[in-house]
Amino acid sequence: MIKYIHLNELETGQRANVVSVGGEAAMRQRFEDLGIVRGTEILCVMKSPLGDPVAYLIRGALIAIRREDSANILAELCLEAQDGTHA
Amino acid sequence: MGLTHKSTGRVLRESAESVTRVSDDEIIIALAGNPNVGKSTLFNELTGMHQHTGNWSGKTVEYAEGVCRYRGEKIRIIDLPGTYSLNPHSAEEAVAREFICSPVPDCVAVICDATCLERNLILVLQTIKEAKAVIVCVNLMDEARKKGIHIDTKRLSESLGVPVVGMSARSRCGISEVLELFLSSKKLNNCKKDFGDGNYAEIAERICRECVTRESQKREQRDRRIDRILTGKLTGFPIMFFLLALIFWITIVGANYPSELLSSFFFYIQELLLRFTVYIGAPEWLTSLLVLGIWRTLAWVVAVMLPPMAIFFPLFTLLEDLGYLPRVAFNLDRCFKRCDACGKQALTMCMGFGCNAAGVVGCRIIDSKRERLIAMLTNVFVPCNGRFPTIIALISIFFVTVSGTAGSLLSALILSAVIIFGILLTFIVSKLLSLTLLRGTPSSFTLELPPYRAPQVGKVILRSILDRTLYVLGRAAAVAAPAGLIIWLFANIEVGGITLLRHCTDFLDPFASLMGLDGVILFAFILALPANEIVIPIILMAYSSSGALIDYSGLSELGELLRANGWNSLTALCVIIFMLCHFPCSTTLMTIKKESGSIGWTILAAILPTLVGIILCMTVSAIARILG
Repeated sequence: MIKYIHLNELETGQRANVVSVGGEAAMRQRFEDLGIVRGTEILCVMKSPLGDPVAYLIRGALIAIRREDSANILAELCLEAQDGTHA
Repeated sequence: MGLTHKSTGRVLRESAESVTRVSDDEIIIALAGNPNVGKSTLFNELTGMHQHTGNWSGKTVEYAEGVCRYRGEKIRIIDLPGTYSLNPHSAEEAVAREFICSPVPDCVAVICDATCLERNLILVLQTIKEAKAVIVCVNLMDEARKKGIHIDTKRLSESLGVPVVGMSARSRCGISEVLELFLSSKKLNNCKKDFGDGNYAEIAERICRECVTRESQKREQRDRRIDRILTGKLTGFPIMFFLLALIFWITIVGANYPSELLSSFFFYIQELLLRFTVYIGAPEWLTSLLVLGIWRTLAWVVAVMLPPMAIFFPLFTLLEDLGYLPRVAFNLDRCFKRCDACGKQALTMCMGFGCNAAGVVGCRIIDSKRERLIAMLTNVFVPCNGRFPTIIALISIFFVTVSGTAGSLLSALILSAVIIFGILLTFIVSKLLSLTLLRGTPSSFTLELPPYRAPQVGKVILRSILDRTLYVLGRAAAVAAPAGLIIWLFANIEVGGITLLRHCTDFLDPFASLMGLDGVILFAFILALPANEIVIPIILMAYSSSGALIDYSGLSELGELLRANGWNSLTALCVIIFMLCHFPCSTTLMTIKKESGSIGWTILAAILPTLVGIILCMTVSAIARILG
């Protein structure tokens, strides 16, 4: 079963694969510079004390993104069973 | 951070056009790379010049150039701003791109972070496409090894079609290989390899699959455990406050002793100077000018200002080196978002502790122009190192009656409260600005949280104490001494039987007393426009010239003199408030003019905090009067 979510809905500890990046051109470009493109695996690592922004592990780097920005990223949720068992 | 580039002796250039080839023999290398990859560390190692290196995005915002000689060859190295890409959507990226694409550099060395190579490769691939010749330096190989990441540099070189060196700039590992490559850079050829289909991120991913192997995730797990405490829901904010107070406490306790030593040293020299001038039979006015004017101002700036700075800075740099400051921005971003501002403003505020001018320059890390202006206009609400030692002195004279550890703890807590008050003002004024003059919605925000790195304690402490000391001494000589001369003239030239100083202070007195101050204090703030350090020396001189001449040799004498001239804790409170909120020093104003390119914003930057200060002081003194 495939479940699509927006990145801002990803809970701490969950993984997802990027499906598409929307939003303004400048923002899409910034995301691409950080390596966020179709297929990129993203792990939600932690929330800041006030809940926003949220830090994600993206291509080995920890990047904080605000919720309304991460809402532009559509991703495919990796199910729990996949986590850790597959590379 | 606090160090302006000038004080570190680096040659700075404004745009790529100003870098030109002097002779055909010299080799020109451009250093490019993502922020936080140790580019500046490598630059320092190569050129031997001192530069403050930091852990946050966009630390190197201007060109820096250095020369290094290797095997008789002259290699000129241009340190480009740290960028994620060559797509010119911020000022730094435009600068970097312009230079990389220009014919000036023989070769572009792209510095990569071995711990997250994949992301760094995106910039490498873009550079390979644009530049004449490219060398890839994979830095932090030792860090990566500790994290269990192994990088096959030979294979990487084959995949990219350019030379690749693995290195660790901090431990000087691989530096000579880098230099060898630089020497042969004129012969290098960029064959512009065809990387096949896909965008840069996909190509980078493919290359990394071939060249990078990961073992364990021990270090990452350790970092996450630290993060869970430092950015935790319950612990994040208390720890921030605790660290702030702790740093101030260490500063106050540590500064006491050297401050006393320096005071008695300067007092001793003052005695010698006095005896000397008597010995050579100098006229009284000259003695007074030299000793009470110039020497005393100099002595104040060095004895009272230097020790707190020389202690505060290494401590703050250690936090920076650890990678804590980006976490502060992470924690506080929500508050800045509420004010429609950028979370990176927290970083520029941290720079402001060192020097507001440096903080204003640092605002370049904020992409949106609106948010950058907000950060620039409010930076002054963070007391710079020209102001917070004065605040410490006033707190310990007027608000702390107990001595010993309890006293210093209380001082640290009061100072932290003052700083937090400044931060609150920053939020309020930022919000007001975005509701009125700088209307708009927050732009997109991404912030990298670098891995925690063990700071090089010894090196950091030594270097920042040395840098600070030289900086303060230089400023004391350049600003404080001449200012002392001018103030002395003000205090001693008489017009109509009254000194010039008296004329000015009498004029300001009625307005100043509404603010809970007196004419002398307000005039001192105005005269101290070139440097906030000299507010108290001016006040001292004005009071001394009106009769009560006391030899300054320590904080308690200062307290006596101030009290003798009508100061009480309300006066001190108002001075502290006005110290926190008034027009920035002339250097900062000129920097704002340069960075904003507008006289209007510069004037606003002066008026806005002054207005806040006047309103606050008037309110406080009115309340105090009502309460009796």
